Amino acid sequence: MTNSEKNRLKDKAFQVFGIFCTFIGLVVLAIFLIDIVIEGVGRIDWDFMTSLPSRRAARAGILTAWAGTLWILVLSALIAFPLGIAAGIYLEEYAKKTKLSDFLEINIANLAGVPSIIYGLLGLELFVRFMHLGPVLLVGALTLSLLILPIVIVTTREAIKAVPRTIRDGSFALGASKWQTVWNQVLPASFGGILTGVILALSRAVGEAAPLIVIGALAYVPFVPKSPMDEFTVLPIQIFNWTSRPQAAFLTNAAAAIIVLLLITFLLNGIAVYLRHRQQKKIKW
Amino acid sequence: MTKKQSKLEANNLDAYYGDFQALKNINIAMEEKAVTAFIGPSGCGKSTFLRTLNRMNDYIDGFRIQGQILLDGRDIYATDVRVDELRKEVGMVFQKPNPFPKTIYENVVYGLKIQGIKDKKILQEACEKSLQQAALWNEVKDKLDKSALALSGGQQQRLCIARALAIQPSVILMDEPASALDPISTAKIEELIHELKKNYTIVIVTHNMQQAGRVSDHTAFFYMGELVEYAKTKTMFTSPSDTRTQNYITGRFG
Amino acid sequence: MRVQEKIIEGLLWLSAAITILVTASIIWVLLSESIQFFSEVSIVRFLTEKEWTPLFADKKFGIMPLVAGTFLTTAIAIAVALPIGLTIAIYLNEYAHARFKTIIKPLLEVLATIPTVVYGFFALTVVTPFLQSFIPGLAGFNALSAGIVMGVMIIPMISSLSEDAISAVPRSLREAAYGMGSTRLQTAFGVMVPAASSGILVSVILAISRAVGETMIVAIAAGQQPRLTLNPLVPIETITTYIVQVSMGDVPHGSLEYRTIFAAGMTLFVFTFLLNNLSFWIKKKYQEKYD
Ligand SMILES: Nc1ncnc2c1ncn2[C@@H]1O[C@H](COP(=O)(O)OP(=O)(O)OP(=O)(O)O)[C@@H](O)[C@H]1O
Ligand SMILES: [Mg+2]
Repeated sequence: MTNSEKNRLKDKAFQVFGIFCTFIGLVVLAIFLIDIVIEGVGRIDWDFMTSLPSRRAARAGILTAWAGTLWILVLSALIAFPLGIAAGIYLEEYAKKTKLSDFLEINIANLAGVPSIIYGLLGLELFVRFMHLGPVLLVGALTLSLLILPIVIVTTREAIKAVPRTIRDGSFALGASKWQTVWNQVLPASFGGILTGVILALSRAVGEAAPLIVIGALAYVPFVPKSPMDEFTVLPIQIFNWTSRPQAAFLTNAAAAIIVLLLITFLLNGIAVYLRHRQQKKIKW
Repeated sequence: MTKKQSKLEANNLDAYYGDFQALKNINIAMEEKAVTAFIGPSGCGKSTFLRTLNRMNDYIDGFRIQGQILLDGRDIYATDVRVDELRKEVGMVFQKPNPFPKTIYENVVYGLKIQGIKDKKILQEACEKSLQQAALWNEVKDKLDKSALALSGGQQQRLCIARALAIQPSVILMDEPASALDPISTAKIEELIHELKKNYTIVIVTHNMQQAGRVSDHTAFFYMGELVEYAKTKTMFTSPSDTRTQNYITGRFG
Repeated sequence: MRVQEKIIEGLLWLSAAITILVTASIIWVLLSESIQFFSEVSIVRFLTEKEWTPLFADKKFGIMPLVAGTFLTTAIAIAVALPIGLTIAIYLNEYAHARFKTIIKPLLEVLATIPTVVYGFFALTVVTPFLQSFIPGLAGFNALSAGIVMGVMIIPMISSLSEDAISAVPRSLREAAYGMGSTRLQTAFGVMVPAASSGILVSVILAISRAVGETMIVAIAAGQQPRLTLNPLVPIETITTYIVQVSMGDVPHGSLEYRTIFAAGMTLFVFTFLLNNLSFWIKKKYQEKYD
């Protein structure tokens, strides 16, 4: 075999390996989803969705868990959405290029890299102990809001950056103030992108268990939370709890709960992808 | 010939981007209800000067000026001048048409709306009048609620002119308003400028010598941040007094 | 009008400034509790003792077993994710059709959107039994399957960041390589990967940081037994798992046991902080090079 034949063979071999690697993750994902569905789908019925938790696997349901997850989703959106967008607008439209704005930027990048469990420790000390709020929904939502804040800020900035300079110039030239320009031109034009980012961030929040465990959210909450000041559990914590039990019946419950959790995450991600797609089609500068 | 009053005036104007001096000691007086054209090679400071006339450079970090710019005898950089008031008086049209991603109607009335005018009737009347002035009304009157982005480039630019006219300025600044357009659209814009100068003071930047010759009453030639020559357009094109002007003009005509 | 503008700008500024407050609070929370912890347990003991048994009667406070557990699961995850992720990046850049790329990338991203408890469940109930079928000594809880699954999770992180780095290499370089008759493989490893090496390094560092801080997979599948070992077949405990373990118990607030989670958290924070800033630093240097 000549040298160049050898090289071509290696090239081909790597191509095969490349295809293998590209699909291995997806194959694992597929095996996993199939496994979960086989194990859990039979367990999902009306009773399972509407029953309170129980020490007996066959009677246990996920009503409190999914209700808690929805609460967390809404509250976190209400907190992180305005805060993150406002910060993003400030950094992109107002901040002058100074040492302070450099610092803000590096700080946000750092926050994005802090492990989620550390946010749990923060929430525990700041909200639960220092403010005496207890391990309630509001605290969970605040903690997760801080966790996703950097993501919301970064995606807001990217969406705003995509609005061309000329649009701002056009608005200023007509006598609009900075805020009028931001409010009437920049935000409407970037809203789709911002929303996409926020929804992706929320889908991350919905899947988190560790920080909520640390602030003291429990798996066993025998009532549906009625206000932000109620104690709560969420689907990931319920899943964690059931996964840690030795009995097989609880694993089946966990698989069923995972199906519900995955549906929620995939739904959120699907909405985000759809919004991004629509935004790209709607406005071509 | 009676000398018309000067509308806009720059006195000993220097402008800087950080350490870089983009304009050097500019002195010029622009006549009311006439068209003044700025010409000169790329990078000579035409846009910079134009944008100091409605303070669009305020948003650029590190930009500053020395000297004076007078509008109707008032210093527009004085501390008591409000930028939004100034821009109601001095409108601007950009090189690339930049309609807002909204309906045609919303584009035209935007300037009025942000002034707080909400009365539907006033807005609609202003919309029609401005579009008519911009010679666009007949083409768009049936699709005012359609997206402005669906218009052709030339229509978009006339929409931008209508948008500027809607807030009833007395001066309109145009930075190469036709350079991104096809010849027919360009002709329409030039015709429009001719029409508008009856009521407005117009300052236009252009790279197109013939265009400057066709539309302007006076021409200013800039070179490396300096105002080299400023004269009646006819005079400038027939007998420029500075060799640099001559070189530039003839170079372009070939 | 002007006042209103100023107020709005003030509010926007405040929102941005909150992020600094968050960082300050994190550091304050970790420091204040850790300082109290270290007033009772010396830093020397913390760093040198070989056992971690704060919840037992015979208390030992050596962080090393937890660090070892964290290191072990992280190393396994990177050993899985780096070759696969990098190969995907190269394959998508040098071999695959553009259409294929636009379809496959969002699919790979799905791997990163799945909640980590779900991965934990997978590691415990599918991967461990599967591995046990041919690794007889493998315990029910172990670093191996947790690490492997974590690796699968971070594949898209490495593949997409590395891909960005590789596609940022100037076209002229690649064309020069092809011009000299190189195969795609030679071009990839001889030219593209070296030219994109700092970007690839950044992706690996960020992946390490992510793995070090990952909690639920290891809490579910790797065990809760702090052990100073590099054996991937036995139960271990990571820093993050320990924090979860204590949080689920009924350790009274303000006790020494309670403070151990902050000392552990501080250790974790320092690791990830250093890794993240190292990656920012490399990224900045490398951007300057191309500008
Ligand atoms: N934002 C800015 N920051 C720094 N320098 C600038 C900026 N804008 C323009 N300049 C510089 O100022 C000088 C004048 O630029 P200006 O845009 O006014 O030129 P111009 O005559 O309009 O050119 P053109 O015909 O290409 O539009 C140029 O040297 C340019 O590089
Ligand atoms: Mg210009």
